[in-house]
Amino acid sequence: MIHHDVVIVGGGLAGLRAAVGLCDRHDVALVSKVHPIRSHSIAAQGGINAALGNNPDARDDTWEKHTFDTIKGSDYLADQDAVEIMCKEAINVVYEMDHWGCPFSRFPDGTICQRPFGGAGFPRTCYSADLTGHVLLNTLYERAVAKGVRVYAEYVAVALAAEDGTCHGVVLIDQVRGTIIPVLAKATLFATGGYGRVYFHSTNALINNGSGIGMAYAAGVPMKDMEFVQFHPTTLLGTNILMTEACRGEGGYLINNKGERFMERYVPKAMELAPRDIVSRSIQTEIETGNAFENEQGLYVHLDLRHLGERMILERLPGIRRISIDFAGVDPVREPIPIMPCQHYSMGGIDTNTRGETTLKAFYAAGECACVSVHGGNRLGGNSLLDTIVFGKICAASIDEFLREQRRAPVEGVVARKKEEMEIKIRKLSDSGNESPFRVLDDLRKTMDECVGIFRTEGELEAGLERVLAIRERYRRVKVSSSALHMNYELIGALELESMIDVGHAITLGALLRRESRGAHFRRDYTKRNDQDWLKHTLVTRGAGGEPFVSYRPPVITRYQPMERVY
Amino acid sequence: MTDDIYTFKVLRYDAKEPEKEAAFSSYRVRVIPGLTVLTVLLRIRDELDGTLAFRSSCRAATCGSCAMVINGKPGLACRTQVAPFESRTIVLEPLPNFEIIRDLVVDMAPFWNMYERISPYLIRHSPAPEKEIIQSPEDRKRIDQFVNCILCACCYGACEVMRREPDYVGPAAFAKLQRFMLDSRDERPDRFLESVNNGQGLWGCDTLLRCIDACPKEVRPTDAIVGLRKSLVKYRIKRAFGMDGHED
Repeated sequence: MIHHDVVIVGGGLAGLRAAVGLCDRHDVALVSKVHPIRSHSIAAQGGINAALGNNPDARDDTWEKHTFDTIKGSDYLADQDAVEIMCKEAINVVYEMDHWGCPFSRFPDGTICQRPFGGAGFPRTCYSADLTGHVLLNTLYERAVAKGVRVYAEYVAVALAAEDGTCHGVVLIDQVRGTIIPVLAKATLFATGGYGRVYFHSTNALINNGSGIGMAYAAGVPMKDMEFVQFHPTTLLGTNILMTEACRGEGGYLINNKGERFMERYVPKAMELAPRDIVSRSIQTEIETGNAFENEQGLYVHLDLRHLGERMILERLPGIRRISIDFAGVDPVREPIPIMPCQHYSMGGIDTNTRGETTLKAFYAAGECACVSVHGGNRLGGNSLLDTIVFGKICAASIDEFLREQRRAPVEGVVARKKEEMEIKIRKLSDSGNESPFRVLDDLRKTMDECVGIFRTEGELEAGLERVLAIRERYRRVKVSSSALHMNYELIGALELESMIDVGHAITLGALLRRESRGAHFRRDYTKRNDQDWLKHTLVTRGAGGEPFVSYRPPVITRYQPMERVY
Repeated sequence: MTDDIYTFKVLRYDAKEPEKEAAFSSYRVRVIPGLTVLTVLLRIRDELDGTLAFRSSCRAATCGSCAMVINGKPGLACRTQVAPFESRTIVLEPLPNFEIIRDLVVDMAPFWNMYERISPYLIRHSPAPEKEIIQSPEDRKRIDQFVNCILCACCYGACEVMRREPDYVGPAAFAKLQRFMLDSRDERPDRFLESVNNGQGLWGCDTLLRCIDACPKEVRPTDAIVGLRKSLVKYRIKRAFGMDGHED
């Protein structure tokens, strides 16, 4: 059995930031199922929000205004104390990343560049061309190397070991050596990312399947606000690769098959820079009312950058241009980009407080897998990178404090028992059964796309819930080709599939019960926000028999009383 | 329509079973335009052969996981379209110059060791300012191409020097080193280059430019190596004339 003070699962921005914050004082292990530099933080493009006031149009910007924009963007579901913490700390973390070498793009005066993003009152999104996630992740990984953080690369966490309301560690599979390893830890942090791959169409990497959220749920920690799923307005037709909001931030247009800038009809003031939930619904409405283009890959509208000119595209959006050419055969300098909305981000996740603590003692969560909540019903662009770094840093401080005060040692037996349980599970997966894990997963993804999408209705959600329950039944019969543990991606996928079903179930259930429209959750049968009955977080807890149990909790409101959300 | 059926030949090997020699498995797959090599590989694993091992994640040429040799050339499977190949047979092999772990998955440890050897992080001694460290747009531009490196190791797979000299620092690590040497905020002394002033370091490169050819992100590691050599020579001349006194 391996022993560490802290085990961090997830090598993206949140996990790395926590590791960098803890490794000087504690024995830290950073576990990642891919090499940390392959984590999905790398794919973020547009930027990170902080009220630096560098842009000449943003001299009056303040962290308080950033806070208000975020709360309004969340459709008032975010916890306002959490948002205040994040937006205030934003300024520090961006300077800190610069001091650690992050190559942000620069204004002529040598300060960090900031561009406009949706739902923001000022241009406050700091960026490095359209590769902001890439430069931030590289910088934090570089910092981790400089500090000698112990990394377990290509080790997959498969279960949390918890008993009596306390976390005692995790069980890992070492994919290279093909062994199962119990890890005893005084504190465990999950920074495992979002669950985008529960949907068929998603911008997310293949590794983003919500397995961390599912493991926490299985250990008794509630999932929060799972029905709030962000659908990004502009993803490349066919592959659904993200086309950053910066395309619109820099001035790009959305155009339908009649040649209209159709956002004029939906949000005449903010136009293309309305928040993502609103723009996605507008595009989907255009698609459903016959205003979309169509080819063999489906229905789409145009993201037109041509008027920005070649120079600006090459300087500010070079990655977008490359992706468009490589994956769609379209050069945005000359042609509009075919785009459609699809799943992009998980507002919901592991229920945590503003210190990253959960209901399970010694277990923490940060980044997209966590729900603090700073994004509420809808996240603003540029706030996800911020969330990861700020709450990675905060978790490091909370864990440090916890370790200084902690008196009870974690118990080996708990982790050993969990390891045996996992061994039995793995044997069973390769022993008997007749269901292909891929078929079951494919069905889950299609169910989520078809029944729990941008627009939702009672009937579709009920059908979706039935389908998820049937999928859960089929999972019991899943069989994989081999029980070998080394580089057996089919087996890992089959183990993670159980979490994905739990995640899909919670999303569907939360959406079915929430009879209102708020942020990204839009019900055609309840089109208005209903603060009287629904200004509350959804919590889904695993019941004794494995069934989900739903409860609610009001959000924290400090200074901003809910108002109508107009842009 | 039969001409859209492709044969994918994938080299299979398992380091856990060294007695079994590496051999190709063939899979017949229908390909529609727009399909990438990675999409096909995923389909093979999902529907035909669950034991096939390869790395993948972002499927958008940003994470660098899926580097492999595709019809003889190192590249990213996610970025390589199938349809444009003239042949209806696609041969997939693991990246050369690395040990195979399983099938298309190679042991990247030597690559990361070289990366760590060049101290791949910003080194500063000056106290941090209250706000950002000022850097002009021109200075930022100088590091642009090297910042773009995704550490996929296509260049290591393509490098002829790597083949004969496994201890060669290699193209990606030098691109990273130059990214810091050229960064106006980095304060590492020029004498740092002494650590790579040998045949396994800066002088190992044959400037065959294979790395430039192989790079999926338009990084030119050879530019880095040539630039670093110039800096090293300059530093040596300065030192010979006793002008390096206040380097750091």
